[in-house]
Amino acid sequence: MFKKILIANRGEIACRIIKSARKLGIKTVAVYSEADRDALHVDLADEAVAIGPPPAAQSYLVIDNIVAACRKTKAEAVHPGYGFLSEREAFPIALEKAGIVFIGPNPRAIAAMGDKIESKKAAAKAKVSTVPGYLGEIADAKQAVKIAAEIGYPVMIKASAGGGGKGMRIAWNAQEAEEGFALARSEAKSSFGDDRVFVEKFIENPRHIEIQVLGDKHGNVIYLGERECSIQRRNQKVVEEAPSPLIDAKTRKAMGEQAVALAKAVGYDSAGTVEFVAGQDRSFFFLEMNTRLQVEHPVTELVTGIDLVEQMIRVAAGEKLKLKQSEVQLNGWAVESRVYAEDPYRNFLPSIGRLTRYRPPREGTADGGTVRNDTGVFEGAEISMYYDPMIAKLVTHAATRAAAIDLQADALDAFVIDGVEHNVPFLAALMQHPRWREGRLSTGFIAEEFKGGFKPRTPEGEELDILAAVAVAIDHLANVRRREITDQMAGPPVRFADRRVADVGGARVAARVEGTLGYPAKVTLVDAKGIRRTTLEVDADWWPGIPVWEGRVGKRRVAVQVRPILNGYELSYRGVRAKAYVYTEREAALAALMPEKVAPDTSKLLLCPMPGLVKAIHVAQGQEVKAGEALCVVEAMKMENILRAERDAMVKLIRAKAGDSLAVDAVIMEFA
Amino acid sequence: MKDVLDELERRRAEARLGGGQARIDAQHSRGKLTARERIELLMDDSSFEEFDMYVEHRCHDFGMEKTKIPGDGVVTGWGTINGRVVYVFAKDFTVFGGSLSEAHAKKITKIQDMALQNRAPVIGLFDAGGARIQEGVAALGGYGEVFLRNVLASGVIPQISVIMGPCAGGDVYSPAMTDFIFMVKDTSYMFVTGPDVVKTVTNETVTAEELGGARVHTTKSSIADRAYENDVETLLQMRRLMDFLPANNKSGVPVLPTKDSPDREEASLDTLIPDNPNKPYDIKELILKVVDEGDFFELQDQFAKNIVTGFARMEGRSVGIIANQPMVLAGVLDSDASRKAARFVRFCDCFEIPILTFVDVPGFLPGTAQEYGGLIKHGAKLLFAYSEATVPKVTVITRKAYGGAYDVMSSKHIRGDVNYAWPSAEIAVMGPKGAAEILYRAELSDPKKIAVRIKEYQDRFANPFIAAERGYIDEVILPRSTRRRICRALNMLRNKTVENPWKKHDNIPL
Repeated sequence: MFKKILIANRGEIACRIIKSARKLGIKTVAVYSEADRDALHVDLADEAVAIGPPPAAQSYLVIDNIVAACRKTKAEAVHPGYGFLSEREAFPIALEKAGIVFIGPNPRAIAAMGDKIESKKAAAKAKVSTVPGYLGEIADAKQAVKIAAEIGYPVMIKASAGGGGKGMRIAWNAQEAEEGFALARSEAKSSFGDDRVFVEKFIENPRHIEIQVLGDKHGNVIYLGERECSIQRRNQKVVEEAPSPLIDAKTRKAMGEQAVALAKAVGYDSAGTVEFVAGQDRSFFFLEMNTRLQVEHPVTELVTGIDLVEQMIRVAAGEKLKLKQSEVQLNGWAVESRVYAEDPYRNFLPSIGRLTRYRPPREGTADGGTVRNDTGVFEGAEISMYYDPMIAKLVTHAATRAAAIDLQADALDAFVIDGVEHNVPFLAALMQHPRWREGRLSTGFIAEEFKGGFKPRTPEGEELDILAAVAVAIDHLANVRRREITDQMAGPPVRFADRRVADVGGARVAARVEGTLGYPAKVTLVDAKGIRRTTLEVDADWWPGIPVWEGRVGKRRVAVQVRPILNGYELSYRGVRAKAYVYTEREAALAALMPEKVAPDTSKLLLCPMPGLVKAIHVAQGQEVKAGEALCVVEAMKMENILRAERDAMVKLIRAKAGDSLAVDAVIMEFA
Repeated sequence: MKDVLDELERRRAEARLGGGQARIDAQHSRGKLTARERIELLMDDSSFEEFDMYVEHRCHDFGMEKTKIPGDGVVTGWGTINGRVVYVFAKDFTVFGGSLSEAHAKKITKIQDMALQNRAPVIGLFDAGGARIQEGVAALGGYGEVFLRNVLASGVIPQISVIMGPCAGGDVYSPAMTDFIFMVKDTSYMFVTGPDVVKTVTNETVTAEELGGARVHTTKSSIADRAYENDVETLLQMRRLMDFLPANNKSGVPVLPTKDSPDREEASLDTLIPDNPNKPYDIKELILKVVDEGDFFELQDQFAKNIVTGFARMEGRSVGIIANQPMVLAGVLDSDASRKAARFVRFCDCFEIPILTFVDVPGFLPGTAQEYGGLIKHGAKLLFAYSEATVPKVTVITRKAYGGAYDVMSSKHIRGDVNYAWPSAEIAVMGPKGAAEILYRAELSDPKKIAVRIKEYQDRFANPFIAAERGYIDEVILPRSTRRRICRALNMLRNKTVENPWKKHDNIPL
């Protein structure tokens, strides 16, 4: 076994690999760019080596620097993680030359599978079912349109070297094919340094299902069941699970065996993933093979009990797989949410900045459920513009799918992140979505179910009662405490009215509260006529200043995030984000007299939806534009975002120009 | 006897109706509450005791003898806010537009006298049309009586003014002499002369909102300390504010029990200061993470944002916080910031509220605009205020403390009691670049040489230890332990006793 390995990656995956290496008694070396000097992976590793300036192309992607770092630290092997150099054939070759072991598949397997076009050919040869498409290189947009027409719309245009949704576009007509080709190509170039793209048939209402395979250097390959990753946004996976609610034992076996056949055909000798697109009828077609550890590998680990990183290290060291296919058991269900620094209320645009608060839920196993949080950040860390804006992967495991989802929902409720915008409210809302809970998925799920974008849910029914009860209990605690302030007038102590009105997101709930101490408080919710609806005993350890109110409301355990605002609290729970004010009856009556204030009209402005760089302005002052027409391109987090006209209008004034670096909500142009 | 009781109830009911239901409805339709409703919100439930409910004016001119309304346009009395005594007067816009008569003024001065004698705060709620013109000079006399009492009470009891409607002419000077002014957005305005007079005299056309709305006074003139969305929000915030303030200059700060441990560490503060000295960070993150429960009552949040001022608590006891804000103008001291902070320091000193100062200041703002505007004397106000203050003063230098601004920001030299520095602190005459360029002017043409010089200066002075070697810093502390350090320092200083030389009063550079 190796004594010391280097991890040629950053963020959560670097930390994740360090953990497994440590378990095996292997020393670890981290590498870092200037932007990552204070990063968690640097802190966790036994040693760390600086490898260049912040842009990945000058640090994490520079093979020579990594090799030099290995030499300097005498690392015997390198784990590439995912992304960066993990699927570059040149990397293991360079390592081999330097006498360093690559913890991953051999370069021939990478070459055969790493290129999407080559891999399709290999798959077809190995009798794996494949999707119709054009596997050659495409010269220009014109050819792309022609090929698309031959295959028949809709088509998918993808970067050959790509992965993770970057450089990928779906086109439904010739115009989109032309536009998509250009964009896919430019993104492919900037993200992967390789601008080759290809076109294939797009399967409607598809599901994304992938098989985890594991091989060794002795010709053994097994499969570890499937993962379903159909919850995607713009082809970027958001939520993954294992097993898939679609797949039955028979299909699992068929898919697994095809995946193994393909892996064997290319001499695959590490952990890898064979991705399939599946129809609702359980038909499946080979999509691509990822010759690396996947982001979503933890769900497989939790249902199989196998540490994939450990296995990768062992097979790289030449060990034989100890596990036989017949011994692979799938136990229970695992769900993973990718927590990103992106603003769900603004079309998921990336957000950067300092994590002023970062309090993940407690990890560990209790009551048959497991919570695991893979992260590369900490409170006070920076989400920088240079890398993927992923904050963490929150994984839960339980005996059944419903229980795993419930546990995931609870864990998301307790996940506190401040300083950057993040998608936890969206994930939390998703966990409550009936169609998700029923497992009726497709890769179009998010686009279909959140058509106008994500809006905060309004609390109703039981959720409203829970939030009202929590708000009333918080207010009651504050009142009880204020009775203790010094310097009070002599005489009988001040009494606070026990009748309260909670205004939660604009909905009013009348309540009576009892309890001489702060906790437990007895909160009775009453209807409009003052008749008791329900009485809830509310108990917690919460005290002002603590970001999560964790406690009991009636029989239910809840975690509600509490952020103070003027005279109240913003409460977050189950994807609901609501301002809560608790008034006395008199205060409530007077508050009802207050005029509602109208926000200023910004409909005639195009505001920059995220901090970013203006790449191009497509219109001129005085120009008439049609709804949907591209107005400008703003680049953020390496993604080129086209901002389009929301309605027909005339461009009155353009305030920004190409090359401008804009803050969020900066005015780009005004319309007449 | 029954008849007498009925008569009392009848007269009370009549008085409570103020200018009548129609006027009350009109007040509501403007988005405003009535004087009595406001007091209800401000005070503890049923704690308000009204005085002089039946007072009427004694004017016999212009037919005024025919219209008399009990209360005469102002509601006065006392009550409690979270059990603590407060005196209050609230102009009643439904009665003669809240205008001030001789009788009306007497009601106010009665409350002011009681408050001063009994050493409890006064809160005034303003919503009125100015002097009652029918009364002429008698009204003016009334104003003068109110003003005098404002001045006599200043520095003895906290006085707070809340502008909740029009406040013009003579009405503005009483608030102007109180400790804090708060306004309600969109429904309140304050000016000496209104838009009509402005038009006549200067030919300027301006609306009341543009001339003296909450926006103007919180962002431009700094007359108002804060503005809120509506009456309810404002009054509930006044209750919150009162929990921070002592009853008088001898009572000491109120204590609100907390479970927030003084030993709470905030590991994330260790990464608050960016590697790049020119990169800003938000000082409010530090404030919120250090104080009890993250509860900070900020004042003047829209004015001179390069300095942050407000109240918070440490171990349940109120403190006044002054902090340079690197997010705005790099936290530089200019005239506005100096004035804003100086007034706040003096308030804290008046009322024995310990002062906590966070320093990251690159110096004073250069330029003609500042010099012509009197930066020297405005800057001196802050220096003066800190120097004369005898309350406990704890200072934490987080990053830059350059030049004269270093001395000003509660340094050891002007009686800072406990002065801490983070390891990232740089106490120097100026930044390394500026210093090297002056010291090695001859080498300016050679960027390589000057870079070496900058590095030399940086290595020598861009740390807290040179100052610590001289005792200008008491200790260099870990950012994460800032809360614990401050709590301990404040406890140690609890019995601080310092007296300035006897004087009639000092002569602060106004």
